[in-house]
Amino acid sequence: MSDRLTGLIVLVVALAFFASATQLEMPFFSDPLGPKVFPMLISGVAIISATFLITKPDKEPEWPTLSTFYKLLFATLILILYAYLLKPLGFLIPTALNASALSYQIKPDIKLSLITGLCLSLILFFIFRYGLGLGLYAFPKWLIG
Amino acid sequence: MELFANLALGFSVALGPSTLFLAIVGCIIGTMVGALPGLGPSNGVAILIPLAFSLGLDATEALVLMTAVYYGAMYGGRISSILLNIPGDEPAMMTTLDGYPMAKQGRAGDALVLSGVASFFGAFLATIGLMLLAPILARVAFLFGPAEYFALYLLAFCTLGGIGSNNQAKAAISVCIGLGIAMIGVDNSTGLTRFTGGNMHLFDGVDFLVAIVGLFAVSEIFIFIESHGKDSSIGVKLEKVTIPIKHILNTRWTMLRSSFIGFFAGVLPGAGASLGSFLAYMFEKSSSSDKSQFGKGDPRGIAAPEAGNNAAAGGALVPMLTLGVPGSGTTAVLLALLMTLNITPGPLLFTERPEVVWGLIASLLIANIVLLILNVPMVKIFSRLLEVPASILLPGVTMISFVGIYSLSGSYFDLLLMIGFGVLGYFLRKLSIPTVPVILGILLGGHMEVSLRRAMVLSDGNWTYLFSSSIAISLWVAAFVGFIAPLFLRQFLKKPKAPNGTN
Repeated sequence: MSDRLTGLIVLVVALAFFASATQLEMPFFSDPLGPKVFPMLISGVAIISATFLITKPDKEPEWPTLSTFYKLLFATLILILYAYLLKPLGFLIPTALNASALSYQIKPDIKLSLITGLCLSLILFFIFRYGLGLGLYAFPKWLIG
Repeated sequence: MELFANLALGFSVALGPSTLFLAIVGCIIGTMVGALPGLGPSNGVAILIPLAFSLGLDATEALVLMTAVYYGAMYGGRISSILLNIPGDEPAMMTTLDGYPMAKQGRAGDALVLSGVASFFGAFLATIGLMLLAPILARVAFLFGPAEYFALYLLAFCTLGGIGSNNQAKAAISVCIGLGIAMIGVDNSTGLTRFTGGNMHLFDGVDFLVAIVGLFAVSEIFIFIESHGKDSSIGVKLEKVTIPIKHILNTRWTMLRSSFIGFFAGVLPGAGASLGSFLAYMFEKSSSSDKSQFGKGDPRGIAAPEAGNNAAAGGALVPMLTLGVPGSGTTAVLLALLMTLNITPGPLLFTERPEVVWGLIASLLIANIVLLILNVPMVKIFSRLLEVPASILLPGVTMISFVGIYSLSGSYFDLLLMIGFGVLGYFLRKLSIPTVPVILGILLGGHMEVSLRRAMVLSDGNWTYLFSSSIAISLWVAAFVGFIAPLFLRQFLKKPKAPNGTN
């Protein structure tokens, strides 16, 4: 079932890719092949492979349980949040929070994960800022002026 | 005696204080990366590349540092295989078969020293092989035109997909994902933007480092969170490091044979270290008269895969440096490093930038000796790393990946893209669709299209030009065989079941 679904998704994406390739404008001066043909070849191969996958799927993989799945979803969300917060809030606070949250995912012990997050954030900041000389800010710019 | 002149040049570069220092630092970091469970050569090197850029190193220095990390990780991978029965990375898997049983018998020290010596043997011989074979192959590569390069890229995708996956359709899909992503951005020959959906961030295309760190490192985070709690293997404590001279002497021919097998498996484009260690182990097992001890801690079963996978790691550098086609996941990552440093691998690299190539080779010879010292007398220090709890290791690795990618461009968009690749990598791995061809597709897609288009310009649109030389025809045949043959061989070459605690 998973393989069939994957095949179907690949098929749809490949068709969209193909359609998008045909829409590309041929420039006036172009090589014999132009910008369309290679992408069309790729989508052709993808369409054939996807058809194979739909007709001959492998054994069903072992998917995580619903609770693990929520955990993974949560991990993804905090990573996305981290990506947005890293610049405006400076390095230390988002990193400490994110590292704590990830640590908590693996070992559900609030005190331990908070300590882990805080230490990691401080140690990594010193390595990156002073060891490697990266232009990171410890705190939000508006706070320190 | 061009070779000696080249080597002299190489050593003059490699023995410079900063290069030597970087080689040693790379060895130490690499061994640590290899020893930490769940961090293998490819994701370890991937995470460190952006940070290496921030140091402002020149091309040779950066290459020496990262290749030393790569070699080091290949050495270090055996530590967790032997002590925890968890391979640090796929190539180290075969070492668990005999290494862990030997460690359980209270001979963990013996197993670590023997495998360390075997690693040295394999890696050293492979570096010499690289030294001898690479210049020859570089000369052959001068004969390659666009049609031959197109066929060569195809060969790399076919063998990598054919061998690395259990399902040809999945391998092909994986390659297509990579090639499709490579098409995103401005088309260099016409200046047209393709497949960007109007998003400004995508005009320059997808940065392959973002894709690599996402697919290798971030997806590892998800797999780790999912599998945690299921690991039931009991670690073996390393009490005392002893040197099993008898075993080392007895396995000398095993090491030699395995190094040869591993080296040539590594040279094949797309095959890489996992195949090297697998073939070396299987060959040793099937050629020995007494098979009863294999799987129960036979010293030959430890020496063979370790010599094999380290030799393959060296062999994989040959096609990467001479043709620009990597032989494994990690060399794909090193190719990404070269491309970011604006070095085009290929025959011209050997004639125009000999200091880069020979400096690298000389540094690898030195690095091997450093690694032998780190991995035999000092193995106990590194084995302590196994005690780092996952709840500290995983957040640490995540933060390092994020900061590395953030330091490249300082944009949140790259971070989001990296998370996206991480999620993609997680699903691909769950569906047993190999991820290395995706990386290779992103790296080589542009080149592959350019060679096809150049070939068509030369022939004025005549497709038979692709099959017009004997080199091109043999590459097409090899590609076809490489993709199809594993279908039939798979019945005979059943991979031994992965030990518990791995995926």
